[in-house]
Amino acid sequence: MSLFLVNVLLALAWSAVTGSFTFLNFAFGFVLAIFALSLIREQVGSIGYFSRARRVISLFLLFLYELVLSAWRVAVIVLSPRMDLKPGIFAYPLRVDRDFEITMLANLITLTPGTLSVDVSDDRRTLYVHAMDASDPDATRRDIAEGFERKIMEAFR
Amino acid sequence: MTEILTLISALLLLIGSVFTLIAAIGLLRLPDLYTRIHAASKAGTMGSCLALIALAIHAHDFGTMSRALAGVVFFLLTAPVSSHLLAKAAYAVGYRLHSSSVRDEMAPEDDK
Repeated sequence: MSLFLVNVLLALAWSAVTGSFTFLNFAFGFVLAIFALSLIREQVGSIGYFSRARRVISLFLLFLYELVLSAWRVAVIVLSPRMDLKPGIFAYPLRVDRDFEITMLANLITLTPGTLSVDVSDDRRTLYVHAMDASDPDATRRDIAEGFERKIMEAFR
Repeated sequence: MTEILTLISALLLLIGSVFTLIAAIGLLRLPDLYTRIHAASKAGTMGSCLALIALAIHAHDFGTMSRALAGVVFFLLTAPVSSHLLAKAAYAVGYRLHSSSVRDEMAPEDDK
């Protein structure tokens, strides 16, 4: 995380030196900073930083894909002439335990197909999820555990 | 090049509007608050984000572009939080799930 800060600082320094704070110039500075950090990766131990960055990006791409799929599925349900819904709330046992990770998982679940996080139990062990189709909660639980939760654990541990 | 960009942004705007319309229809057609939140949070977010991305592509200065993209990011950050709070608050004050619901594992043990 601190290396990310260094990365941002280097990009800011680049923007200041070139005297232009446009988005594109900052992005260019960011890429330059990544390059600089990769040159000294042996010294500052940023090897983990790059593989982590890759995992964060892969989490982000998964998220975008699921968001599009989710909007599409809602559209199909809403526009079908006979709405055949089996909504319900099911409990999801959490494996992640830090507040930050739970928040992230809950938000990701909300923006993905057919699921909406409603509440976290007081002991932070269970997440209550409302689903558009709760007829097979075990399959949904498995999807979340093998999709987002695993990716979050890979990206932030 | 400009034509292609205009075409892409027009297409994104169109798809975004369709998703926003679907979100609105969903609000009317879905049976209870919890399912309606699904429509508003997903199709709604998708529609607004696509419209903002269309603006970012169409705008020729980077100030507008970065602000539009910041808007997308804030939409993605705030939409799940607000819909989660809405659902939590609705459940806390005792808003019932629609009768077609098949399960409620959140209900206290004694009134299942």
